[in-house]
Order: sequence, then structure tokens, then C-alpha cells
Amino acid sequence: MKSNSLPGPDNIYQATLDNGLRVFVLENHASPSVVINGYVAGGAVYEAAAQAGLASMTAAVMRRGTKTRSFEAINEQVEAVGASFSIYSGRHAIGIDGKALAEDFALLVDVVSDVLVNPVFPAEYVERVRGQRLTHLQERDNDTRSVASLLFRQAVYDGHPYSWPVDGLHETVAALTREDLTSYYQRNISPAGGAIVVVGAVTGDAVLRALEAGLGGWQAGSLPAVQYPPVKPVPSVLRREQVLPGKVQTDIVLGGPAVRRSDPEYDAVRLANTVLGRFGMMGRLGENVREQHGLAYYAYSSVAASKEPGAWEVIAGVNPANVERCLEAVNEELARLANELVPEEELGDSKALLTGSLPLRLETNEGVADTILDMVWYELGLDYLHRYADMVNSVTAEQVRAVASDYLRPDAHVVAIAGPEAQM
Amino acid sequence: MTRLSPDNSVLRYRLANGLTVLLRATAGHAPVASLWVWYRVGSRVERRPQTGLTHWVEHMLFRGTERFPGSSVHKMVARLGGVRNGMTSSDYTVYYETLPAGELDTALQIEADRMVNARFDSEDVEAERTIILAERAGRENSAAYRLREQVMAAAFPAHGYGHPVIGYGDDLQRITRDELWQHYQQNYGPDNAVVVVAGSFAPDWLMARIEQLFGVVPPRRAINDTGSAAGRPSGQARNGPIVVQLTGPEPTAHVQILFPAVDALDDDYFPLLVLDSILGGASNLGGTGGAGFRTSRLYRNVVQTELAASAGSSMRPTADPYLFTVGATVRHGVEPERVLDALWTEIETARQSVPTDSELMRAVKQTRAQFIFGSERASSQGYWLGFSEIVADLPWLLEFPDRVAAVTAADVQRVADRYLQRDIAIVGQYAPAGA
Repeated sequence: MKSNSLPGPDNIYQATLDNGLRVFVLENHASPSVVINGYVAGGAVYEAAAQAGLASMTAAVMRRGTKTRSFEAINEQVEAVGASFSIYSGRHAIGIDGKALAEDFALLVDVVSDVLVNPVFPAEYVERVRGQRLTHLQERDNDTRSVASLLFRQAVYDGHPYSWPVDGLHETVAALTREDLTSYYQRNISPAGGAIVVVGAVTGDAVLRALEAGLGGWQAGSLPAVQYPPVKPVPSVLRREQVLPGKVQTDIVLGGPAVRRSDPEYDAVRLANTVLGRFGMMGRLGENVREQHGLAYYAYSSVAASKEPGAWEVIAGVNPANVERCLEAVNEELARLANELVPEEELGDSKALLTGSLPLRLETNEGVADTILDMVWYELGLDYLHRYADMVNSVTAEQVRAVASDYLRPDAHVVAIAGPEAQM
Repeated sequence: MTRLSPDNSVLRYRLANGLTVLLRATAGHAPVASLWVWYRVGSRVERRPQTGLTHWVEHMLFRGTERFPGSSVHKMVARLGGVRNGMTSSDYTVYYETLPAGELDTALQIEADRMVNARFDSEDVEAERTIILAERAGRENSAAYRLREQVMAAAFPAHGYGHPVIGYGDDLQRITRDELWQHYQQNYGPDNAVVVVAGSFAPDWLMARIEQLFGVVPPRRAINDTGSAAGRPSGQARNGPIVVQLTGPEPTAHVQILFPAVDALDDDYFPLLVLDSILGGASNLGGTGGAGFRTSRLYRNVVQTELAASAGSSMRPTADPYLFTVGATVRHGVEPERVLDALWTEIETARQSVPTDSELMRAVKQTRAQFIFGSERASSQGYWLGFSEIVADLPWLLEFPDRVAAVTAADVQRVADRYLQRDIAIVGQYAPAGA
């Protein structure tokens, strides 16, 4: 891809509203549609462990009615034009996602803004949303993959806000009150530190006018300070298991905490993860656990990195009879990555994937908007994509070995297993 | 080479060996091209004890050829920054590569090669048996899946739509390498395939390259289509619905009601699709819920009333007559029977009264938006072009928004009354054991 066609400081329109909300726009007229993406202050890290799910439920009930629009009116207006939007809670922010035909963009901004600025939290909707959520949590808590993930988080992030799921736990969601929601909203949700990205068939000036009208009067609170307990490395192998009767497949999540998005080691961790569990068909794990041994339907790895150290995890779905053999095969791969340099050709393959897949990532308005929001949110610089290939290519085999040995060790990790009785 | 251009944006032609080619140039933010190779073979052609054969053959095509062995192809495509995969449905099998535009040639070489040169080594067959059985086990972990399997078997006792694409466990244990090989020999060849390219490409270069690589592949003989022969969904003229009840350890109850309906090319397909939008939310081209579900009748009257955690409907476009489905995930603490009653009430309302103008207008605008959103990726263009060629025809796709717009309120009530009849329904219910 030619660098002059990449989203960057030359073609991204930038502005700041009076309340500090930053606005970024990339015009694209290939299709008559527009995507809006953004973060404002809020998120699950600002809720107490005993109120897990509070931020997420607050975001859900925000769209159930405003000072001037009922839930029905919001839905009528947005859905009548085939548009859609969601307001959701992440760990460190309240997220905004929306899409409309270009002709309906102003309407979408008007409704989304109203939901952000003027929510009234109707009491009956607190109960309705709670009921829906409890049913979905019940389903989640009977899904082997989700349960393995929950056990993993609890063990890796004990005492840290990352230890609970953003959508909460059955008992905490059951106990939330309307006052919890309104007070969470008042204390935490504001344009402070926020950013809105718009990509599609619309001009920067038109976006700015619409956002000024919708969000310009929204008062920025001060960002609440959060004291994070340190995320500690896992000292040895910690095994957590849960039996889910009647299941026929077992799911495994294995790994530990790694790095923040801003850590200098991030590029090495991401490359190491690509070698381990992504490149081609799920990397080395796909080749040696799935393909060669036929031990798993899937075995891959993923790494998260945010404001706090994210988890680097191996994920596998296996026949209950194969759990131990699969763990052995996974541990062999972890040892190889931590002890031996990845051969230059193999490393080059993963680098080629990370740099070469940029056109696919940037094909759509959604992909471009996500990428710009990442650059803004993690302070990577708007020229990040211009520097990206060099950053990936400069990572060495020794750096890859070192991060594997620091963060994903066969002798120090959490392994969480959820499946039927047979295996235990 | 014959050129058939139903509109200016799509080029459609046929090679001498019977291969159909569809090309559409599109432009996104970044130059990407997507190749899709479709085969007119899906699980509907299978019968006991060979269910799952088609999907397994798809897995074998990822095991490599003499020229491109094993996992080397995945690495090759990944190195170029591309993605690839394959899918098997009841009506088709399809393979795709989406890559940065300049790398398209590699994808063309891979697909032309494996159209006839896949190896089917016995060792690979056994490894895939394990993997597919594990894939099946993963699905059986879900109560909703187990219910779906039984309900579909009841809906299609004689048609290939009645068994799961992945196949039944005992058939998967039994199927031999030679059966897989024979299925491949019978169904893979240029005369049973459609090649689609969407995205950024130079048309002259691409047409010459397709001729060069795919034009030399010899045709297979005529292919039997056992799918259509086996007739329609179960149903007509019974004295009441078939009821399938299932219990298990999962605590969340599900209900669904299925009605025998039509294929994608039937005149009633589009009225049924609009009915689906009104009941369960705006549909994308695939007849499943997209945006806009919160103004749907099921959401307002079954979810908002605190009976269900979610509810929806679907009208999938298929080659043979399929089903109109409504269903719900029952809210914790609610009797599943009450949710079923609420679904029946909505069905009766749809049969007895015409939808409002605003419901109809919303369905039309939502469909237009979904159609535009669904055309933004080269890969979704490639998907929908090939899909419509196999399951319906090109005009079906190109005129999709207009055909939806032409549906009247009276049409919607007419198809609701004709198809959503209690006596020919199949009702599925999952409830936690001991509840």
C-alpha cells in the first residue's frame, strides 16, 4: 500500500469541541455510508468488585430513554432509516459504535448524543434489562469456553478490576439498583478524555457541526483516578477446573498477564503471539496441536494490551479424553518459544502477515475507524501507520524469545479448564 | 467465451469447459481483491449413512495437493497479508481468498489446482475424522444446537435439509476415504463450479489468467442432483403441529416454531422476507436478523413484555423450499409455554391483519441500508454474487432492494396466512431437566 493513501496526519481531519472532546474524520465516498466510533470517560475499572457489571448495565439502560425520547422513539427514529448504534462499556471507557447511510448521519448523531447526554434511566427498564442480562449470564455460565475464561481471569487478576467480566456476575447484576446506575453515570460518564472518529461519505465540517450541536454542551467531569493493584506474574502453574455436567467438549485457557499497549515490548509480544498461535492456520499451536496430533478442534493464542497489562492466552477446545495430552503439546510449544530463537524465515513470515494484512484491515469504514481510534486512544500518533511496517520489521528473534520467556512460561502460568466430569 | 451482462457492473461469462465466471470491480479504502470458488454441492445431496461427506471433503481440500502440500498454502496466503477459508452449507461448498489486490494471482493458482488435484491421503482423512468429531462435540455442548438438530430432522424427514451439514456422529465414525474421494470426483470440476472475483483488478489481465489456469481443467460428467428430487419439507395436511421436546442440564429454555415455506426464487420469497423483517427485525440478504430488531413485533411483544431474553425470525434463501422460523430464548423464571403462546399470538396477528405503512416503509429502507452495507467489502461482494448464482440467479441479487420495495401490505398478509399455519408447523422446545 502506498503510504500516501494510508490514514494519517495528512488526510485525517481533526478538531476539538469546547468541552475537550476530540474529533477525527476521514472522508471516503466509495459507498454512501458513514461509521461513527468513539470512547468517552467511564468503564468497568470504575466499578467496585461487588458491583461487577454496573458500567455495562448503565450503558445499556442509557439507551432506554432520554428527557425527550422514549426507548420506542429512539428505536423508531434510528431503525426507520436502517441505521444502528450501540453504547457499551469497555474496561477503560464507554464505547460508541454506529452506522448509517450518509443521508441519515445527522439524525444518528442527534440520537446518539441525546442518549449520551440526557439519559433518564426509566425504572421499568432497569428491571427489563436486568432480566435479559441474567438469562444471558446463565447461558454464559453454562458455556465451557466462557467458564474457562472466567476462571482464568479470576486467577490471573486476583484483586485487580480485570478479574471480573465486564458484563458482571449473576449475583452482582441481580443486586444493582437504579440509583447505582444513575450515580455511576453522574460520577463517571462524561466527555473527559474522549475521542470520536467518523469515517465515510461525509465532510469534516459537517461532522463537526453535527457533533457541536449534539455533544458541545455536554459538561466534562474530571476523570476519576483509579489505583490499580499491581498485576503480579504467575509464580508457578496454577490449575483451576470446573465441571459442567452433560457437556461433550472441554475448553482450556492457559497463560498469564503480559504488557500494556504503551509498553516498548508490545510489538515483540504481538509478533511472538503471531508465531505461536496465529500465523497461517493458528501458528505453531495450530500446526502441532491441531494438525499433527489432531488433539483439538481449535488451538490458538491471543494477546490483549490496554491501559493495564493484558492477558496473553492459549485457547483450545478438546475432547475431554485429550486434555492432558493437549496441555503437554501446548507446553512443548511454550518451551520452544521461550528457549529457542524463532528461525529468521519463520519470523519473516509473521512479520509479513502483520504488515501485509494492513489493506484488509483498512478496507472498510469500520476498519479505518477502529484503527484511527486505537491510534488516538493509546497515543500512538496519527502517523503510526506510516511507521508501522518499520516497527514490526525491527523486532529481533531474541526479543521474541525474551518476551515469551518473561510472560508465557510452561512452568509459570494459569491453566483454566471447563468441561464434563470425565476428564477430572 | 459468452458474455452475459445483466447490468453493467457485473461481468458474467462461461468458459468452454463449463466454468461460470463472475467479475465485479469495486473500490474500498484500500485495494483488496477477493476470489470465491463455488461448487454446486451441499449437504442436501447426502443421505444416511453418508451425512457429513460434503463438509469433510471441504476439510480435505485444506490438506493440500502435490503442488501445494499441507499447510504451505495457509502460510503462503498469510505471508501475503491475506485470509482464506472454506464453508459448506446445505446448498453449496465454497472457498475464498481475500488479499491485497496485487496478490490475486496466488489465489487463482491455489484454487485452480485444488479443483482437481487434492490428495486425500488416508492419514489426513483420519486426522480430519478426529477434528470433525471434535467440532461436532463442540456444537453438541449447546442445548440450542441439539434442539435444532432434532427439529430439522422432524421438518425434513425425506430431504437432505433434515440432517446437519456436519453430519451425524455414527456416519462420521464410519465414512471411508474412498467415499470421500468419490464425492470429490463426482462434484468438483469446472462444469459444477462458479469462480467469482470482486474488488480491485485489471479486467483484461484477470480474464486471461482465469482462462489460462481454470480453462485447462477438464470437465467432469453431469452431476446428479439428488437434493431436489427428494421433495419438500414435511408437513402439508396434518391435523396439528409436530412437537419436539428436549430436556438437558443447561438451565436456559428455548422455543422455536418452524413452517414449511419456499425457495429463494419463489414469487412468495420476498413477501416472506418482508414478513420476517416485520416480525423479527430487518433482514440482511441472508434472511437473518441484522439491524433494526428493536422495532420488530417479536421484540416489542415478547422481549419487552419480559417473557423472553431475545426473540427473532428467519427466512433463509435456499435452492429448495425451506422454512420460515420464529424462536425465542426464554427469560429465566418464565414458563416456556407462555412464550410459545406469545409467539402464536404474533403469528395469528400477522395472518389476520395487514402490516402498517410505517412497518412496510421501515422494512424497505432497512433492506436498502443492509444491501449497501453488505456491499462494502470485496469479500461480501464475492460472497453474494456467487451465492445468488448458485442458490437463485443474478437478477435476484441485483434487483433485491427493488423486489423488497415492490412487496405490498396485502402480499405480506397473504403469505402469512398461507404459510404460517398451525397444522403444518413443527414446534421445538428445550427445557432444563427437572424444571
